Amino acid sequence: MNRNWPTRNHPTYWAFVLHRVSGLGLALFLPAHFYVLALALKGEAALDSFLRWTEYPMVKIAETGLVILLAIHMAGGLRLLALEFLPWRDWQKTLIAAASGFALMVGLVFLLRAY
Amino acid sequence: MSEQTKAGATITVEIWRGREDGHFDSFSVPHEEKQTILDVVTYIQRRIDPTVSYRFACRIGMCGSCAMMVNGAPRWTCRTHASKVLKDGKIRLQPLRNLPVIKDLVTDMTVFFDKWQKAGGRFEPSQPGSQEFAEVSPESKERAAASAGIECIGCGVCYAACDVVAWNPDYLGPAQLNRAWTLVNDVRDADRKGHLAAVAVDAGCHACHSHQNCTRYCPKSLNPTASIAGLKRATMTAALKGDL
Repeated sequence: MNRNWPTRNHPTYWAFVLHRVSGLGLALFLPAHFYVLALALKGEAALDSFLRWTEYPMVKIAETGLVILLAIHMAGGLRLLALEFLPWRDWQKTLIAAASGFALMVGLVFLLRAY
Repeated sequence: MSEQTKAGATITVEIWRGREDGHFDSFSVPHEEKQTILDVVTYIQRRIDPTVSYRFACRIGMCGSCAMMVNGAPRWTCRTHASKVLKDGKIRLQPLRNLPVIKDLVTDMTVFFDKWQKAGGRFEPSQPGSQEFAEVSPESKERAAASAGIECIGCGVCYAACDVVAWNPDYLGPAQLNRAWTLVNDVRDADRKGHLAAVAVDAGCHACHSHQNCTRYCPKSLNPTASIAGLKRATMTAALKGDL
């Protein structure tokens, strides 16, 4: 039987998808992050040459994406903690909007500081 | 039946036929004003194909037995106007999701009610046989929490809407956990810790991802997600106190 149901197009489900996708994205990034940190063990030059590469504009834009992912996951995580540990609030959409706004703001601030 | 909205206007209705393996049959039904989806199915069964199987009883949104998937969303068909859900003049009807299909639009709800018991949905009287009224203030915090969820009639709409049930067939389900939450908050219940223990299991309240599909589709506008969040808090508190 067709199991592809359109029951998921609403804000709280999108918040779940964003949280899951950002979490997976960060998990994929983490090994790369550790690899770069480990470059320091090989000496100053190896790390510095990589850090110079990160100054390129396109890399900065990609980094902004990463910062937004991190901010989405953090704000979404705080939203979930509030949902599960604090008394129930009926303004769930407002919480999602606040979390999304916060994530975008953090990304924009990072972008402004980068250039 | 009331007058037709437009002379000759028809709705194309696709109905699931068979069990898990089956197919859609297409029917053409006159479109009428204020016609519900239940009216549409009844028209088909009474006038076109008497072998179409479906359930209904009260026709006025009290019993919950006519729930099915209407254009992909779980709904009470008796409270859904055809004109509200028509997509390009078409309606697709399927049996409730997440439940075994008996035939056509009829599901086997045994697992739904078995989970009701599994989630500790049975009231345990603290004063069995008492002829006295229990005095419970409607304003008390616990009674308010119980009252918020007490109107559930067990129609299975939230259960069909829930992705966690689809992903983990052992998951107790939103209606069942909502019921448990009303009992945890019922001061007349003798085994409130037992209700918490029943839901603090692997596929219990902590398995909920808070998608809130249940809350979105509940025809009675109840909020099972809020009840489950309450259970998450209550079980955690009980565990910290060593009660679980």
